[in-house]
Order: sequence, then C-alpha cells, then structure tokens
Amino acid sequence: MAATSAFEPIISGAWGKPQSWTLDSYRKRGGYEALKKVLEMAPAAIIDEVKKSNLRGRGGAGFPTGLKWSFVPKDSPKPKYLAVNADESEPGTFKDRYILELDPHMMLEGIAIASYALGVHTCYVYIRGEFKFPTERCQAAIDEAYKAGIFGKKVLGKDFELNCYIVRGAGAYICGEETALLESLEGKKGWPRLKPPFPAVVGLFGSPTVVNNVETLASVPHIFSRGSDWYAKLGTDKSGGTRLVCLSGTVNRPGVYEVDMFTTVSDLIFSDKFGKGLPAGRKVKAVIPGGSSAPVLGADELDVALEFEALKVKQTMAGSGGVIVMDDSSCMVRCLWRVARFYAEESCGQCTPCREGTPWQTRLLRKIEEGRGVPSDLELLSNVASSIAPYPPIGLGNTICALGDAAALPTHSFLMRYRAEFEAHIHEKRCPFGDKPWGAFGDWS
Amino acid sequence: MAEPLFTSEEQKKFDAGIAEIISHYPPDRKSAGMLPALRLLQDLKGWLPPEGMRLVAKHLEVTPERAYEVASFYVMYHLKKPGKYVIDVCTNLSCALWGAEKMLAYLEEKLGLTAGEANEKFTLRETECLASCGTAPCLQVNEEHHENLTKAKLDELLAKLT
Repeated sequence: MAATSAFEPIISGAWGKPQSWTLDSYRKRGGYEALKKVLEMAPAAIIDEVKKSNLRGRGGAGFPTGLKWSFVPKDSPKPKYLAVNADESEPGTFKDRYILELDPHMMLEGIAIASYALGVHTCYVYIRGEFKFPTERCQAAIDEAYKAGIFGKKVLGKDFELNCYIVRGAGAYICGEETALLESLEGKKGWPRLKPPFPAVVGLFGSPTVVNNVETLASVPHIFSRGSDWYAKLGTDKSGGTRLVCLSGTVNRPGVYEVDMFTTVSDLIFSDKFGKGLPAGRKVKAVIPGGSSAPVLGADELDVALEFEALKVKQTMAGSGGVIVMDDSSCMVRCLWRVARFYAEESCGQCTPCREGTPWQTRLLRKIEEGRGVPSDLELLSNVASSIAPYPPIGLGNTICALGDAAALPTHSFLMRYRAEFEAHIHEKRCPFGDKPWGAFGDWS
Repeated sequence: MAEPLFTSEEQKKFDAGIAEIISHYPPDRKSAGMLPALRLLQDLKGWLPPEGMRLVAKHLEVTPERAYEVASFYVMYHLKKPGKYVIDVCTNLSCALWGAEKMLAYLEEKLGLTAGEANEKFTLRETECLASCGTAPCLQVNEEHHENLTKAKLDELLAKLT
C-alpha cells in the first residue's frame, strides 16, 4: 500500500519504501528527534503545543487532542495510563492498519511524547484481534524501541520510565468505543460505561486514562519536529494537519490517501491523484463519508471538504475517514441492509433500544429487499431507528454509547435520500435490481 | 483417568505465558490478563476447552464463570473445536460491492458448507469488516488476511489448504 497525495505527505510518506517499519528507517528520516526535544520541555508546555496545533482525534469523534490531554488531573495520586485505540473496525476504515504495518515507530514516538506530557508510565496498545500481521510488526517495533532505550527504565536516558504492551482484542467492534475498550483491557466483556465520569478522570483500573487513536498519536511527533504553527496552518482554523482517508466501494482506484482538510469528497473520488472516478458509464448514487455509521451523502452533495466541520454542516460526519462509494446500479435497500446487519451483529446487548432495535431494522430491511414489504414498513423502520437514536441532529441517542447512533443514522439518512427506491421495492414486490444489487463491481469472477 | 490438558511442553509454554501476561498489569489486577490468557490457551489447544478456562480463571484469581463470560462475548474465541482451517469471509458493504456475496456462495458450494457450519477440515463463517475495504473482497484463513481475491486466486489458495 503506497499512499499518494497532492502535497508532501506527513503520515504516509514512507509507505511503500523498503523496510519502512524498522527503527533504522525511521531514525534516518529524523525519527525520535521530536521526542528528544520534548523531553527538555515542561509537560504543560507540551500539552499547550498540541492544543495550538489544532490536532483533532482521528478515531471518529474528532475531539481536540490537546484538550483531551488537559483533562487529566495533575494532582491525582493514582497512576495514569495511555490506551491506544488500534481496534480499527468501522466498516470502510483501513488506515491505522497500514500505520501499524508500515510505520509503527511514528505511532510509538507519539506514545512516548504523550506519556511524558501526561506523566504516564504504562501504555497499552489495544489492537483488534483480526490484525495478526499488524500486531507482529508493531510488537517488533516495540522490541526495537526497548533495545534502543526509547522504552524501559529510562526514556532516551532521561529519568522517566515507560512501558508499552500490546493487548490483542478478540473480535468485537464495540471495543473500539473507548470505555468498552477500557473494560476489555481490564479483562472483561466489552460493555461501554456511562459517561461521566470520563476516562481522563476515571479510566483504566479507576485511574486517569487517555485513549487516543493510532493516527492521532502518529501525528503528534510532527507537531514538535516542525512546530505547532506549521501543523495548524496545514488545516482549517479548527482542524490542523492532514488526515488519512480510506476510499472503497465502486471506484477505479480504492486505497488510503493522505489529504489536506480542503480536499472534497468529489476530489477524492474523481481526481487522478486519488480514486480515478467510477467505471465507464456509471455515476455516483451515494457516498458514505466517514465510516458506515456516517449519514450518507447524495450525488449532488459531494462538493464538501472531508473535514469535521464541513461535514457536520451537511448533517453527517468525517468520522474515521472511511469513504464508501455506491454507483447508480447498486441497490440502496440492499446496501443499507448490509450496514444494519453489521450493527445488529455487533450490538453488545446492554441497552434495550439498540439490542432490540438493531435486529428489528435488519429484519424489516430484509423483508423489503425480498419484496415482502408493505407500505407501513417504512414508517415502522423510521420509528425503530428513531427509538434507537433520532436524527437530525447527530448525538441524541437513547443508549449508553454511540453504537446506537451509528446503527440508526444510516437508516434515517438512506430513508431520507432514497425513499423512492424503498417504495419501489414495496410497490413492485421485488428488488428492482434483481440479482445484481451490488453495482458495477458486484459480479465476482 | 482423564487425559491431562497439556503435554509437558505445552504446560511449560502455558506457565511462562501466564507469568509474562500477569507481569504486564498491576499486582492487584491479574484478572486484566483474561483476553491474552484465553488467547494463549487457544494458541496451544486450538480452542478453549472448559478445563483450560477453569485453569486460566484460577491463575487470574477469578471465578470460572468470568472466563466463560469473556470467552463467549468475543467471536474469535472457539468454544468448540473448529476445523483445521477457519475461513472468515467479510461480507460487509465495501466487500459486497466487490462481489463478496458471490464469493461466499462459491465457497459454500466448493466446501459443501453453509456459512456458520464446520467439519473437521473447515470452519466457514461470515465475518465483519476486516479493514481490507481497499483490497476487497477479502477473507482470513486462520487469522491471515487474503485480499483482492478473484476466483482464480481463491482456487489457488484452497488448493494449498490440505
């Protein structure tokens, strides 16, 4: 996987180069120089720089990273923890995997910087269980870092101890939710916790804990090697730096691309630098812009930047950067059914609206797709989705965690934009796309 | 007398593994090691035999029910002995747009199994997004990714699973 971009890439610059995952390669590119600088700074000053950089979390919620770090109480007598969220599981998202595989030291340097700033001596990297190879690469990098004196009793000779352990998940999307991740790290099933208290105050083992995404931490060293002003200026006034986006679905060149905060959904799909458009004769019908839980955009809404605030205006979200394209020959009911089924499968079962509502949505969608739907099913589907989480706006769900919202938002948005297609299924008593519901590339051979 | 759970070689690996796992956590938080400990057991035995889960629970100083609760929550733990090759096929949206449903149907026919079924040689399952959306369609065989699969590539792969 080599990412391309319109400018000098920050995160993905070494991807595709020989041995890019080794300490040697990372050091030749100036790796761990930022950590050296940071170890001479006061912790409060480090957090200030991250605040000034306008770095926002790359895991889905887009929360300002420096602000999150500043919530950790300075006077707590308890140990503090850093938990790295490498549970990348949001359908359509496949970027953190390549950081772990191709440049893990960039994330490890971010871990060391964050830990020093926060007074953390133990970091757990929670990697989803399905990532066997990325885990092996990351573990090898951690081993190198210990040997080189980056981790261990003295970080680069400084009187500061830092240990870093990988914990592998075992197949549960919910563990990407930060409090479920903490439960899982404590050796339990991944049931999200009520917030507040937030993890920064009561997190792992009841101690102050910061949970950061892989790409977020990999972004941190650049803030110190090139300056927070430089980093902030790459982006908008509310969101600094560059970000990785993952393009998939019916496009000619799917892949991970590093983009600035001004690149639009349309650029990403059609530019020769990125997706190279759709196969001949096909047009965009729908685009999910930020992982499968993000409300879908119609073909006339693609002139929007792939950035947190811009997508919020469109009542959707930048989320985890997973952009999924569906062409005009794909069936919206079938696509939504796939997405709904995922959330039904992955609902942890703790809250009734989600536990009962997600399979109900799935059954209704299957019924409509198979031509057994009746007109009142659309109202019912909409009601079921609303009882999990109403829309718009985003974030009013009736459940402990955002999985409920994630499950309801696709239903609301598909129904809003493609209602005629749902009605056609009911009216014709069959799927109008027959046995070809998956668009231009759906025929496997 | 029942056969012992571990051979002496396995016992050594288990003991060393458990000690390493426990060392990663605060002394009063041994139970945090549940996920890695269950994985250790599964790596040794290919699945999670009940007496193994009881042993894990004992080492982590929790009740056996707690081990079972965790083991049954996460889909990658095998509560029954799986086939020699566990094939997990992603059928989520991005893969489906690249033919995953048809690929699964082909596999079902070829292996004589419906997704969710197993025989001695194969366990065939549908799984959720494997973060290979840019290299769809994809599947895992015993946790190894195989991506950009065509019929020819899949046939080649299956031929190797003997």
